[in-house]
Amino acid sequence: MRGRLIIVAADRAAQSAGIFPGQPLADARALEPALRALDADLGADRQALEHLAEWCTRYTPWTAPEELEPGGAGGVFLDVSGCAHLFGGEAALLADIATRLERNGVSARAAIADTAGAAWAVARFASSNLIGDLVVPPGGQCGALAALPVAALRLSPETTAGLERLGLRRIDALYPLPRAPLARRFGMHLCRRLDQALGRLDEPISPHLPHEPWRLQLAFAEPIGRREDVAAGLERLLAALCHRLAEEMQGARRLAFTLYRTDGTTQRAEIGTSLPMREGRHLSRLFAEKLDRLDYDFSFGLGVDLMVLTAPVVEPLEAAQASLVAVANDDAPEALGALVDRLANRLGPPAICRLIPVESHLPERAQRAAPPLDSAREALAAWRQTRPRPVRLFAQPQPVDAIAPVPDDPPLLFRWRAKLHRVRLSDGPERIAGEWWRAGAPAGAEIRDYYRVEDEDGRRFWLYREGLYHPAKTPRWFLHGLFG
Amino acid sequence: MSYCHDLVSVEALRARIAALEGIWQHASDIDRRQNALPTAPFGLPPVDRALPWGGLPTACLHELAAAAPADGSAAGFAATLLVRLGKAEGARPRSVLWCAAGNGLYGPGLAGYGLDTRRLVLVRGRSQADLLWAMEEGLRSGAVAAVVGEVPDADLTATRRLQLAAEAGRSTALLLRTPQQKPGESKPAPSAAVTAWRIGAAPSAPAPYGIGVGAERWRVELVRCRGGVQHQWLLEWSDETHRLVMASELRDRPAQAPAGVPGAKTVPFPLRHAERLAV
Repeated sequence: MRGRLIIVAADRAAQSAGIFPGQPLADARALEPALRALDADLGADRQALEHLAEWCTRYTPWTAPEELEPGGAGGVFLDVSGCAHLFGGEAALLADIATRLERNGVSARAAIADTAGAAWAVARFASSNLIGDLVVPPGGQCGALAALPVAALRLSPETTAGLERLGLRRIDALYPLPRAPLARRFGMHLCRRLDQALGRLDEPISPHLPHEPWRLQLAFAEPIGRREDVAAGLERLLAALCHRLAEEMQGARRLAFTLYRTDGTTQRAEIGTSLPMREGRHLSRLFAEKLDRLDYDFSFGLGVDLMVLTAPVVEPLEAAQASLVAVANDDAPEALGALVDRLANRLGPPAICRLIPVESHLPERAQRAAPPLDSAREALAAWRQTRPRPVRLFAQPQPVDAIAPVPDDPPLLFRWRAKLHRVRLSDGPERIAGEWWRAGAPAGAEIRDYYRVEDEDGRRFWLYREGLYHPAKTPRWFLHGLFG
Repeated sequence: MSYCHDLVSVEALRARIAALEGIWQHASDIDRRQNALPTAPFGLPPVDRALPWGGLPTACLHELAAAAPADGSAAGFAATLLVRLGKAEGARPRSVLWCAAGNGLYGPGLAGYGLDTRRLVLVRGRSQADLLWAMEEGLRSGAVAAVVGEVPDADLTATRRLQLAAEAGRSTALLLRTPQQKPGESKPAPSAAVTAWRIGAAPSAPAPYGIGVGAERWRVELVRCRGGVQHQWLLEWSDETHRLVMASELRDRPAQAPAGVPGAKTVPFPLRHAERLAV
C-alpha cells in the first residue's frame, strides 16, 4: 500500500510478539528482527480454505468456505444439525475438530451455536479457549454475544468504526436501541447481521458440495495405506451400496470414491457407466484402473482414515439381473454396456461412439457420433441414402489438381498426394447445395458437383468441384472420400 | 498335391495340424477332437473350399492388408465380413467393434454393404497401445461378434495376444493393416494370424449401357493360411443381391496381372471363375 509492505496475516507466535495484520512490515521487523515474512497469496489461501471445507465433509455433508476477508482470515461453516451425536455430542465434536486440525498444523478455533452468525462471533472473539465456552447452548445467543465487541457481527470496518465513535462498543449496547434510527444511520446491513446472529432472521448456508443421499462411509481406527487395503475397503462399500440400490430398484450412473487422509488432504476417483448399474463386480473392475492412479506414498504414521463412496447420479433400474460380466453368447445389452464402460473409463467417453444419421444433404453433416447405447428414436433411424457413398470420408476435403473439360464434365485426370490418377470411368455430377438456411453455415457454402470416378488401377474416389462453372474462374477440385 | 479321399483321416489330420500350429491352444480336448472350429462361410464355394475349415474360422485372428495406401477396398471388404460375422445362423444379430486412431469411417457408405451401423461401435484410441488394449478387451468380453482394429504395425507378440483373446472370448479379430510406404518391402510382418489376406481395388466391369462406374470389384488374395495354400480371386459386390459374388471373366483384362508375392507358387485349382495367380 503506497509502496509499503503491510502485514496481511500473522501466526500465533508473531501475534504474541506484538505483530498484527495491517502493520507495516518495517515496523514489525523493528519489533521482532527474527520475523520471517512470506508474500501473501490470496488465491492459494482461498484454495486452501476450500480444501479445508472439503475435508470437513467428514463431519457433515453441509460445509461452506467463507469469503476471504481482506486480512486473509477465513473460516468454514459446518451445518452439524443432527450430526453431533455421531461424534459423542457437540463438545466432543468440537474437541475432535480442534485436535485433528492442530495435528495437521492448522491453528483454528471452532464454536457451535444455533446460528451461523453467533458461531462466527464466538469462534473469533470469545475470550476463553475452554470447550464449554465455545459451545453456545440452544437459544443462548443473546447472552453469549452480549460481551463481545461489535466487530463480531461481521460488519464492514467503516460501520464498526462508526459504532465505536458513538460509544457502542459491545453488542449488548445495541440490544435496547430503537431499530429505525440505527438502520437509517448505518444501513439495513447492521440490523440484518444482528438479527441473523440472534436467530431472528434465517441465514442460508450454501453448501460446498451438494447433498448426496447415496453416501456410504467407512472409517478406520488405524490409518491404512496399502492399495490392497483400499481396494478391500472399496469392495465392502460397493457391496453395501449395491445392496441398497437393489432394494430401491435403482442403478448408479456415476460413482465417486473419496479417501480422507490423516494429513488433511483428500483423493478422489470417479467412474461413470453407460447404463444404470448395480453389479458390484463390474463397478469394482471400473474402479480398479482409477485406484492404480491414486497416490499411496504415505510416510510413516500417515494414511487413509476414512473412505466415502457416493453415487451422485442414480437412475431407476427395474428388473433384477444376473451377473453382467459373464460371457454372453447372445447380444445382451448389459454385456455390451459393461464393455463400453470399461473402454470409456480408460479412453474417455467421447472415444466410444456410434454413427447415426442426420437429415442433411451435405455429406460431412449426414452423420453424427452418438453414445453407443443411446436408444433414442433418431439414433435408431436408418440411413436414407440411395446413391453410392464412400466408405471413408475425409473430415477436411483434400484439394487436388484436376484436369476436366468445361463446363461440368468429370475430370480426366487428377493429382493427389503427388500421384497422378487417370480417370477410366466416372459417374456424376451429383449436385449438392450448401445449407444456406442454417444459421451459422459457412458464408462460402457453395454448390458442389460430386463425381464418383475410377482410375486405371480400379481405385474409386469421390471428387467434387466447388461452385458453378464460370469462364473467368479456375475451378477448385477436392477429394472428399474413398469408395470400397 | 495329392487329394485324399478319406475324409475322416483328413479331418483328423487337420485337427492335429491345428493343434500343432496352435490354433485354439486353449480349446479343450473335446473341442479339438470334434474339430469344432466355428466358421462363418463366405457363401462362395471357391473361397470356402480354399479354406481348410470350409469358411472363415471365427474366434481367430485374421489379417486384412490393403494392397495400396489410402484405398477404401480393405475397409469395404471388412464391412462385408462384419455383416457375415454379426449375423450367425439362427442367432440374434450381434454388435461389432471397430478400433481406429482416426475415424474416417462414413456411415452411409458402410450401410451400403448391409452393415447395420446401429450395431457398430467405434473406438478411437490415441496410441497403438490403447488400440490393442481396446481390441483385447472387446475380444475377451465376448460381448461382440467381431473386433476390427486398424493398427499400423502390430508385432508378433501383439498378434499372439489378440489370437489368445479371440479364443478366450470366441470373437473374431480382424486386423486391418496399411501397406508399407516402401514398395520394395513386400515381405509380410511376422504374425500369429490364422489367415492373412490382401485386398486391392480392381477395375469394375462396365456398367449397364456402358456409362459410369460399374459394380465394385476387389482383387482378394489369400496370402497366408494355416494348413492352406495361397489363392487369389476377383470378387464383386453386387448391389442388387447385397452380397459378394465371384466376378465373371474380365472382358477387359489389364495388360498384366499385378505382381504376386515373391516366392508364391502357382496353385492349380479347378475353379471355373477363379483367376489363377500368375507369377
